[in-house]
Amino acid sequence: MSQKKKQKRGNFQGSRINPRHFSKGQVKFYIILVPLSLFMILPVVMLINRAFMPLGELFAFPPHIIARNPTMNNFKSLFALSSTTGVPMLRYLLNSVIVTVLTVLLNLVITILGAYTFAKKNFKGKAVLFEINQLALMFVPTAVAISRYLVIVNLNLTDTWLVHVLPLAAMPVGLFLVKQFTDQIPDALIEAAVMDGAKELTIVRRIIVPLIRPALATSVVLTFQQVWMAVEASNNYVNNDTMRTLAYYLNSLSTNNTVAAAGMTAAASVLLFLPNLLIFICMQSQVMNTMSHSGIK
Amino acid sequence: MRQVKRQKGFNRKDGRAYLLLLPYILLFSTFILIPVLIAVYLSFTYFDVINEPTFTGLLNYITLFTQDEVFLKFVLPNTFLYALIVGPGGYVLSFLLAWMLAQIQPIPRTVLALCIYTPSMLGQVFIGVIWKTIFSGDQSGWVNSLLLQWGLIDTPIQFLLTKDYFMLIMIVVSLWSAMGIGFLAMISGILNIDQELYEAAYVDGLKNRFQEIIYITVPSMKPQMLFGAVMAIVNAFNMGWIGVTLSGANPTPEYSGQLITNHIDDYGFIRYEMGYAAAISVMLLLIVYAFNVAAHRLFGEKD
Repeated sequence: MSQKKKQKRGNFQGSRINPRHFSKGQVKFYIILVPLSLFMILPVVMLINRAFMPLGELFAFPPHIIARNPTMNNFKSLFALSSTTGVPMLRYLLNSVIVTVLTVLLNLVITILGAYTFAKKNFKGKAVLFEINQLALMFVPTAVAISRYLVIVNLNLTDTWLVHVLPLAAMPVGLFLVKQFTDQIPDALIEAAVMDGAKELTIVRRIIVPLIRPALATSVVLTFQQVWMAVEASNNYVNNDTMRTLAYYLNSLSTNNTVAAAGMTAAASVLLFLPNLLIFICMQSQVMNTMSHSGIK
Repeated sequence: MRQVKRQKGFNRKDGRAYLLLLPYILLFSTFILIPVLIAVYLSFTYFDVINEPTFTGLLNYITLFTQDEVFLKFVLPNTFLYALIVGPGGYVLSFLLAWMLAQIQPIPRTVLALCIYTPSMLGQVFIGVIWKTIFSGDQSGWVNSLLLQWGLIDTPIQFLLTKDYFMLIMIVVSLWSAMGIGFLAMISGILNIDQELYEAAYVDGLKNRFQEIIYITVPSMKPQMLFGAVMAIVNAFNMGWIGVTLSGANPTPEYSGQLITNHIDDYGFIRYEMGYAAAISVMLLLIVYAFNVAAHRLFGEKD
């Protein structure tokens, strides 16, 4: 009897984490997790619905969570509206796309080279430099917003496209995650390539990049989230409205308390949010794969 | 001869490594390292942006801790209360959620994890828009409307313009959006623990699931725990904008949600007392560093 019981318990343990099948023991976790997930996602669902509500419904009492008479009017007026300075919405959207693509690409190149060097090269000062990068993981950008501003003014970067791109192109977290992932590539693979006479950049392109795709996808996701939603550059470093981004425009819409702005704010939010969500969903399995190498020792 | 020289100096191999790292080092220095150094330097000066900085020694720091009533009475206690709940609190919460998610099947786990992670990828503007709608001070605000319908209040509450609920709302919003990549790291950390460890531990007399977490789960994923801790700390201090975004003003209503980052902006970008603002920045960096040292003590592996 006791042996049977023991064996039963033994089997049970093994299958409790990452179970393949449903068991009664999981019910208590669902009871906590499902309402909590609803609480987390509900505000987002409500805002998305607001984007499709006609004006009357936006201020209904009691408020509607789901749009009853969905309409595209908010999007239409958003695109029709030019800001007070005469900049059309599409311009902001285009700016956001340009800035995001440039930043993500530049960040990717910098991160690949940096991670490869840190993971696979021995050079003087490596330990110190990596330690500095570890420290920078905890860097709080808002703390030095002022001196960052002074640096940018002194480099004459204000009112240039670069000011959107450069401050976000070097990301310590991205470099750290990709470096941890690159660590697992066997040195023998690289040595063999060197024997065959492969040049440094060929090794990076042909061997490293294909093997660290999941980590690179993660780095792209993280960079994208940062730059697509960034308002710092548009607020502080750019005075020219034609060079500001969609996130900035949404911000200025949201501080406008008119009735008409409420629907458009929601519509602009959805435009800003959807790419973010879609990219994450597409890359989520790569992200999770990377995260299993994210540990700091 | 040649061999010896190579070992001492900077050889070609080192040079090539630095060449590959150059873009990263350049950008990192320009936008992270140099700003930190400038902040440290300015913190010992008086600087109003127009005139050259004049050296004032420790004056800024002395003023901060002896004369700045707003800092001592509101900013410092607020920052500690907020950072302790959102930092360690958010961290424990994300571990517990990650742990529970690891106990259910893969597909529902992915869906629920996505719901929980989504708020953390929204960004400042989006979070502001959502929660201003929820806590709007008239009857169209979702919370006010619920309370009115249930007959708990007669007139809508000005949630975001009065001090009574402000800090509470800030904390709820911050926790809501705090389950970021640290949370994802912890999920995969828990899933990757060798199952045999658990079985062996139960044979050795482990009694319940609580013991399982304390003796097996957490120690087996220390590196992920540390990564999560660093991310949680950074998030807690980086969310400083939340009060200003919700109330639409700096300072926040009666300083009820004034955090150290708002105090920096107040002196730096509103009053243009850059030297003083820099001193507050340095204090902030030191506080963040102290939290990190504590995290490393807890979870760091000494080799």
